[in-house]
Amino acid sequence: MSKMRYNRRSLLKTGVAAAASTLAAPMVWAQEIKDIKLRQFGTGVSNLNDVATKVKEDLGFTLEMTALDSDSVTQRAATQPDSFDIADIEYWICKKVWPTGNLQAMDASKITNFDKIAGTFRSGKLTPESVIAQGTAPHTVGFVDGPNGTEFATEDSGWMTLIPTIYNADTLGIRPDLINRPINTWAELLNPEFKGKASILDISSIGIMDMAMVCESMGEISYGDKGNMTKEEIDKTFAIFTEAKKNGQFRAFWKSFDESVNLMASGEVVIQSMWSPAITAVKSRGVPCVYQPLKEGYRSWGGGLGLSASLSGMELEAAYEYINWYLSGWVGGYLMRQGYYSAVPETSKNFMSENEWGYWYEGKAATDVITSPTGDQLAVAGDVRDGGSFTDRMGAVACWNSVMDENQYMVRKWNEFIAA
Amino acid sequence: MRMPRDIIAYLQAAPLMAVLLTFLIAPILMIVVVSFWGATEFSIYPAFQFDNYAFLFGSPVTYKVFFATFKYAFITWGFTLAIGFTVAYFLAFHVRTQMMQTVLFLLCTIPFLTSNIIRMISWIPFLGRNGIANQTLISWGIIDEPLEWLLYSDFSVILAFVHLYTLFMVVPIFNTMVRIDKSFVEAAYDNGASGFQTLWHVIVPLTKPGIMIGSIFVITLVMGDFITVRFMSGSQKANVGRLISNDISLLQYPSAAATAVVLLITVLLVIGILLRFVNIRKEL
Repeated sequence: MSKMRYNRRSLLKTGVAAAASTLAAPMVWAQEIKDIKLRQFGTGVSNLNDVATKVKEDLGFTLEMTALDSDSVTQRAATQPDSFDIADIEYWICKKVWPTGNLQAMDASKITNFDKIAGTFRSGKLTPESVIAQGTAPHTVGFVDGPNGTEFATEDSGWMTLIPTIYNADTLGIRPDLINRPINTWAELLNPEFKGKASILDISSIGIMDMAMVCESMGEISYGDKGNMTKEEIDKTFAIFTEAKKNGQFRAFWKSFDESVNLMASGEVVIQSMWSPAITAVKSRGVPCVYQPLKEGYRSWGGGLGLSASLSGMELEAAYEYINWYLSGWVGGYLMRQGYYSAVPETSKNFMSENEWGYWYEGKAATDVITSPTGDQLAVAGDVRDGGSFTDRMGAVACWNSVMDENQYMVRKWNEFIAA
Repeated sequence: MRMPRDIIAYLQAAPLMAVLLTFLIAPILMIVVVSFWGATEFSIYPAFQFDNYAFLFGSPVTYKVFFATFKYAFITWGFTLAIGFTVAYFLAFHVRTQMMQTVLFLLCTIPFLTSNIIRMISWIPFLGRNGIANQTLISWGIIDEPLEWLLYSDFSVILAFVHLYTLFMVVPIFNTMVRIDKSFVEAAYDNGASGFQTLWHVIVPLTKPGIMIGSIFVITLVMGDFITVRFMSGSQKANVGRLISNDISLLQYPSAAATAVVLLITVLLVIGILLRFVNIRKEL
């Protein structure tokens, strides 16, 4: 609400008789707000129609959502700047897209809950003792040096590239009922025991990180920085995976969320790289599925909202309004009940029951049934979230999704791997 | 004053020419031009360089993928031709009334009223490890272990192709067959030709234009496809279309354009060779 009033005030200043305009102005404002339409696009994870509906209800303007896969999101953000007002992208995509000048920096002072945003996004440290993980850690691309900055700033400069919205720690998903033994390391993905029953995702920038986690844990390669590999490291990684592929280790590769769900739920695959809500989706079909914490740690990712460079005036104000609303808790609660984390966890607490907060955030045993936002039962009393509490999971991040300096080389190698 | 004849002729051809120029020639030229451009991670810049082609021809993967594309096209062509010819033959020579012919022909097209993605994806639960096919075979005692190669393999890719594209073979072959003068068949019979001889020496030669048109449809569709290969192989196999789509999704437009140009030339060569066998325009 707060920021919109500036506009109303400026309307008031236009010289219309004060008495008359106090009645008239809000109507004009309400009308204008109703006509505002913000076009947001992003990956399926947070492009939810429920959010658009709630925005209409709480803020009054229309939010139009388009869900695409990560590659298409990058493509659109980089090549079609006029096709969106708000880009819901991941931090590694931001690193790629920012230099195109299609996004504008955000004034942190206009973000009400800025101080409550998790440390991971501001200093890179979740807790003061945290070690900063490898890869494109969000804080390294989270700030620029000024309103029109093109260079990423090394520390909090007050001008943000993306407002962090959701993030999570990813690991391997397994079918405990079909594996029947404990799994505790990334190396298991290439264990011949799971020949023809493993899968990895076919999105190069994320898949390569999963591969690196596997190769490192097998002891085959020790990387300088998994998030920024040398050509030799890339070659070695692909050599190991190409051999595994030729030996029939993989049942399929998946590219979209629903493919990963189907592969797991149908039993085609028993171990694979997976995303948190996919686990939720498999479980809600009554199929046991575990988001297995592994001793090497998690591969993490974070997303945020970026503003199109062409946004200005009322639309820009509405966008700030939307972002403040986004961080105010309702969306956070919604997403946390899907297994993600909100950038401002505290505000979400008000929109979750004590049981939900305990289960999803604090890693406590559920005291009652846990349901997904769509009403499917996910856990019963006594169940504990895979991986435990927020600090346990986000504190064990080994690397972030990233774009490397040798990205083009890696992409070509990836293409060869798929064709091999 | 009367306009000279050739000007009138040009004017008459002009609308078609304009359409072809705008929607066919110009886009292809654009693709050719872009194939010489350079690309950074998120943008492309005009240039005249052979990098894209050099990389394309320098990579062993390219040859493998082109080989796979030909393999899919050739095998699919074989199956669709056999099935398509048989169906068309049955419709044209065994179904007596024209009414019945039309009804059965429409029946063939019913599956094609659904989206081809749906038709393709519906194979996945059917062929899966715990799918209907495997469960049925196991319950009949034919196999003990589920057959892994049913899904996410060359088998499933070709199965889907055959399923998707057989109609494109049936239609032109049926079309030429119904126009064969029945008295040719009677003459062959009167001259003592066996059924097979009639088929091989009379019907097949007369059906050639239909076969050729069907072949062109099937071969160009299979060679240009990428989505069937992606879904039915679980992203594990690649054909040229997938190389292009991967490049596009990674914003490598010039490299995608170069691959597209090479694919276009290859397909045109294949069609050129096919047309050497039959002069479609003369036979139609």
